[in-house]
Amino acid sequence: MPVLEVNHIEKHFGDTRVLNDISFTLDKGDVVSVIGSSGSGKTTLLRCLNFLERADGGTIRVNGETVFDASSANSDSDSEIRRKRLHFGLVFQSFNLFPQYTTLQNVMLARQLLAREQPDFKSRKKEIYNEIEHQARRLLIQMGLADRMTNYPHQLSGGQQQRVAIARALALEPDILCFDEPTSALDPELTGEVLRVIRELADRKTTMIIVTHEMAFARDVASHVLFMDKGYIVEQGDPVQVIEHPREERTRQFLAHYAQK
Amino acid sequence: MELFQEQFPIVIHALNIGFLQTLKLFFITLLGAIPLGLVIAFGSMSRLKPLSWLSRLVVWVIRGTPLMIQLIIIYYGPGLVFGNNIWGGGETGRFTASAISFIINYACYFSEIYRGGIQGVPKGQEEAGLVLGMTRSQIFFKVTLMQMIKRIVPPMSNEVITLVKDTSLARIISLQEIIWAGQAFMKGSQGISGAIWPLFFTAFYYLIFNGVLTVLLGRLERRLDYFR
Repeated sequence: MPVLEVNHIEKHFGDTRVLNDISFTLDKGDVVSVIGSSGSGKTTLLRCLNFLERADGGTIRVNGETVFDASSANSDSDSEIRRKRLHFGLVFQSFNLFPQYTTLQNVMLARQLLAREQPDFKSRKKEIYNEIEHQARRLLIQMGLADRMTNYPHQLSGGQQQRVAIARALALEPDILCFDEPTSALDPELTGEVLRVIRELADRKTTMIIVTHEMAFARDVASHVLFMDKGYIVEQGDPVQVIEHPREERTRQFLAHYAQK
Repeated sequence: MELFQEQFPIVIHALNIGFLQTLKLFFITLLGAIPLGLVIAFGSMSRLKPLSWLSRLVVWVIRGTPLMIQLIIIYYGPGLVFGNNIWGGGETGRFTASAISFIINYACYFSEIYRGGIQGVPKGQEEAGLVLGMTRSQIFFKVTLMQMIKRIVPPMSNEVITLVKDTSLARIISLQEIIWAGQAFMKGSQGISGAIWPLFFTAFYYLIFNGVLTVLLGRLERRLDYFR
């Protein structure tokens, strides 16, 4: 059974159609790269998956459970949406770390707040908090940030901040981790260190959807590539096939811009 | 010089009593206006259109008219309309009316500062909280609030220092604050008349109190310097 099934997602802002009939599936451990020019709907797609936008049509299923159905989407309470959104993690282009917390606190905060809802929280508080801290430290070490745990975000480079953001998203153990142009705000040198940790996550069979403009990265890391244009999936399939030998004229035009660079 | 030595203790005693009233008005205004401002700020940002319009109307009227007129209307208005003075007589009545005028007036100014502070926190902070499964109130208290406080401390410091001096406006309804106390010696009080120096001397009280406030508020600002 696929981890994620996206069926016929539609989204419009007023009269502008941003997503049209978006469908794809994702198996456990798959990495999907989404490529396409700005305004093609890539970011909106991730925002719909993470319930930051409400799609106007279609369904989303995670592990066989329907987490979103546009025909009944209004009936979900806030706490229902909150529970369902935890299937997904999202790493933003602009990091969005919490500036008043240290690196370690950034990674721990959401889990600490969720732990309060556990029935045995009061009796096991110390134990639970220790567990959360242990996990956060492990994730930060994995991200190569062992010596940065007590620093505040403004003391870190962009690449370090983005790696903290990745650790923060991983702390909630999402089924599917989404990246929205994770390196677009970084210079080439820092881009490399972020792509390296994403590559490691792919090697560990983390299920991911990565919106990116890094074509070489998309080709090498992804098990599947989606090319989007004007809100449609124009072409999808094997990364080498889509990026090296695109079938569609529109895909060829788009990739030609990268070849020139 | 001998005359001055004789007058000085009498004047200082009277000014101290006046300044106590000034301080009382200052602290009670802060105590009332800081939370009321938050209510008005949320009102003006509300998705309920009538509530938002009403809040903005109130802010427009209060910020658009002099505090001195507001004091006069609030103190004398009810008496003119209902035929009796709802504030009760004497200094207590004048103080209550002054405190209410000041709280309403400053809450409106504070609400605009809060609104700027809340809207100044990037949208991405809220979104990051949402995708991490936080509730709206967790996002407000654990993520947004601290960033908002950091943003509003400098403009609030400005308003607080202005408030210290604005309390003297209550003299218009004869509240016996420090300027009223200093001026009394011009007309004649406790055997002293025609003395203008007590009025000049009140400036030192304001200056020293605002000096202390400036140091304290500066410290608060520096304590929030650890993040950006």
